Amino acid sequence: MSRELPYIAAIDEAIHQEMARDETVLYYGQNLATVENAPFVSDFGADRVRVTPISETAEIGMAVGAAMAGLRPVVELYMAEFMLVAMDQVTNEAPRMRAMSGGQVKVPLVLKAGYGFAAGWAGQHTGVITNMFLGVPGLKVVAPATPADAKGLMATAIRDDDPVVFLHHYLLTLVHGDVPEGEYLVPFGQASVRRTGGDVTLVATGWMVDRALAAAELLAGEGIEAEVIDPRTLAPLDMPTILSSVEKTGRLVLVDQAPRHSAVSGVIAGEVAEHGFGLLKAPIVQVTALDATVPYSEPLEAHVLPDEDRIASAVRSVLGTAPVAA
Amino acid sequence: MNSDDALRVLATMERIRHFEERVARLKLAGEVFGLIHVSVGQEGVAAGTCTQLRDDDAVYSGHRAHGHALAKGAPMNRVMAELMGRETGLCRGMGGSMHLVDVEHGFLGATGVVGGNVPMALGSALASRLRGEDSVAVVFFGDGAAQGGHVLETFNLASLWQLPLILVCENNGFAEFTPRSAHTVVERVSDAVAPYDFARETVDGNDVRAVWSSFGGFLERARTGEGPFLLECLTHRLSGHYVGDPAAYREALAADEWRKLDPIVRLRTSLIEDGTLDEAAADAIAAEAIAEVEAAETFGRDSAYPPESLTAEVAYA
Ligand SMILES: Cc1ncc(C[n+]2csc(CCOP(=O)(O)OP(=O)(O)O)c2C)c(N)n1
Ligand SMILES: [Mg+2]
Repeated sequence: MSRELPYIAAIDEAIHQEMARDETVLYYGQNLATVENAPFVSDFGADRVRVTPISETAEIGMAVGAAMAGLRPVVELYMAEFMLVAMDQVTNEAPRMRAMSGGQVKVPLVLKAGYGFAAGWAGQHTGVITNMFLGVPGLKVVAPATPADAKGLMATAIRDDDPVVFLHHYLLTLVHGDVPEGEYLVPFGQASVRRTGGDVTLVATGWMVDRALAAAELLAGEGIEAEVIDPRTLAPLDMPTILSSVEKTGRLVLVDQAPRHSAVSGVIAGEVAEHGFGLLKAPIVQVTALDATVPYSEPLEAHVLPDEDRIASAVRSVLGTAPVAA
Repeated sequence: MNSDDALRVLATMERIRHFEERVARLKLAGEVFGLIHVSVGQEGVAAGTCTQLRDDDAVYSGHRAHGHALAKGAPMNRVMAELMGRETGLCRGMGGSMHLVDVEHGFLGATGVVGGNVPMALGSALASRLRGEDSVAVVFFGDGAAQGGHVLETFNLASLWQLPLILVCENNGFAEFTPRSAHTVVERVSDAVAPYDFARETVDGNDVRAVWSSFGGFLERARTGEGPFLLECLTHRLSGHYVGDPAAYREALAADEWRKLDPIVRLRTSLIEDGTLDEAAADAIAAEAIAEVEAAETFGRDSAYPPESLTAEVAYA
C-alpha cells in the first residue's frame, strides 16, 4: 500500500519508523525538540530526541562517539554548508575510524542535510558540495530525488553500519509522490532507471532528475528517446546500470547541479571513459553548473545552473542533430 | 550622547525600521529574493554603535545585517538594489541580504553561516595593530552564535593578543525558534568571556543611550590600542526569525510588553520629553526615512540586472 506524501514527510516517516523499531536510534539537531517537531519528542522522549546548540563540531563529533558506543545517531543539520564548520569530524574522524582501527569499530550515523536551494539563497546556502564528501572513502553519500526514495534511503542509511551523508534537495521539499507505507528500504548502490529510451543515456541526481525527465519529454517530440538514470546513491555508485544503458544507447549526457569541476558527473565520465570507451558513438557531454559561487540575483542564478534547454541541446549535439546556430 | 548624536541615532533607527519593513513587503511580493532576516525591534544596537564609527573601522555582521550595513554608512539605495538583485547593488547583485559588503564604508561584511564572521574580525583588528593605526574592528553576532567553537576560539585569541576588537552580542533570547535556555546554562553571553582578560558589559539593548555610552567607552579605549571588549545588548526581535516565519513558538513572549520597550519609541519619547524635539519634528524624521526608502525602492526597480559575465569576472582576483 502506498499514498501520496511530500518528500520531507517521507524522510520524517522513515526516521520515525526506524526510531520505533530500534531504540538505539537518536535524533538531534538545532530547533529539533522545540514545538516544531513535537511528535518526535512525544513519541520517543527527550532523551532520544534532542535540541542542540549551534555547535556543529560538537554535534557531529558527539555522533561519532555515540556511534562507536553502540548508538545510531541521526543528526539534523538543515543545510549541507553548515556541516563545513565541522569538516574535521565529517571527513577526518567519522569515515576514518573504522579503517584506522583495523576494523575494530564501526560508526553508524546519518548526517541529514538539505542542499541545492537555488531560490535566491545565494553563495552559502545553495551549494551542491557533494564531491567534498565523495572524495572521502568511508563516507556513504545518498541523494534521493523522489519521496519514495527519500523514505527508503533514509531507512537504509539508519540501518547502515557506516557514516552516511544524507543529502535531501531543498527544492524537492514539498514535492509529492507515492510512498509505500510501513517498512520500506531502498538498497544503496542501485540506480533507478526513471525513463527508458534507446538513443541517449541521461544521468542526473536530485532536482536535476526532473530537469532531465523534462528534457527527455521535449526530445521525444523530436523523435529522440532518452533513457534517464538516477544513481540515487553516489557512494556507492552503481556503474553497471549506467554502463549497460550506454551499451544500448552509445551516447552519454551527464547532468549535475554541482560546479563543473566538482561534479559527480566527472567521476561517472571517468569510469565510462575507462570501462565503456568502446561503447561510445560520441564524446561524453557534461551539463553542469558553471564553476562559480551561486549568485543571489535571480537571472544570474539561472545563468550558472543547468536547465532542460541546456540538457536538450547537449543531447542534440551528441546525436549530431544540433540545429545550426542562428 | 548629546542632542545632535541623539537625533542622528533616532534618524538611523527610523531609516533601518522603515527600510526593513519595506523589504519584508517586497519579499512577500517576490521583488526581493531568497532568505531575508530583519531586525525590527533591535535597531538600537546597530544605531547606537555604528554611528560612532569611522569608515576606516571594520564592521562584520551575520545573517541579520541590513541595520548594521545602513548604520555603518552603506547607501540605502544600493542596499535596496542589492536585495532586488540589481547591478547597482552594493555587491552588484552577487551577495544579497546575507552577504552585504561595502568596503568604501568599512562594512567588511555579512556572512550567512552563523559565527563565521567572528574570527574574521580578528584579522581586521590585527591589521590595525600591525599598521599602527587607531582604527578598530567590531563584530556583531547573536546569542545563538555564542555557542560556536570558533566564537570561543576568537575570545581566547583576541584576549591573548589584546587586539582592538569590540565584540557586540545582540542577545534577543532566541536562535531561530529555540530559546537560549535550550542552548546553554550560561545566561549572559558576557559571562562566557569571564575567564579571559576582557572588559565586558551587559546593557539594555533597547535603551540606545545605554548602548551608546557603553560602546563609546570601549571605543575610546580601543582607539588607544586596548582590547578586546565585549558588549552584550539584551534585545528582542519584534518579528519572526525570517520574513514569512509564522513565529508560532513566540506566543509566550508578551510581544505587547516588548512593543513598549521599542528602542525607537523610547528615544523619541525621551527627546520629546526633554524638549529636543516636538511631535511634528519627530514625525518629520520618520517621514524623511520613508521618503528615502521610497526613493531606494524606485532606484532598485529602475536598475538593470547584472550581466551574465559578472559571475566569471568575480570568480578570481
Ligand atoms: C553554522 C550554522 N548553523 C546553523 C545555521 C542556521 N541558522 C541561521 S540563523 C540561526 C540562529 C542564529 O541565532 P542568533 O545567533 O541568536 O542570531 P539571531 O537570529 O537571533 O539574530 C541558525 C541556527 C547557520 N546559518 N549557520
Ligand atoms: Mg538570537
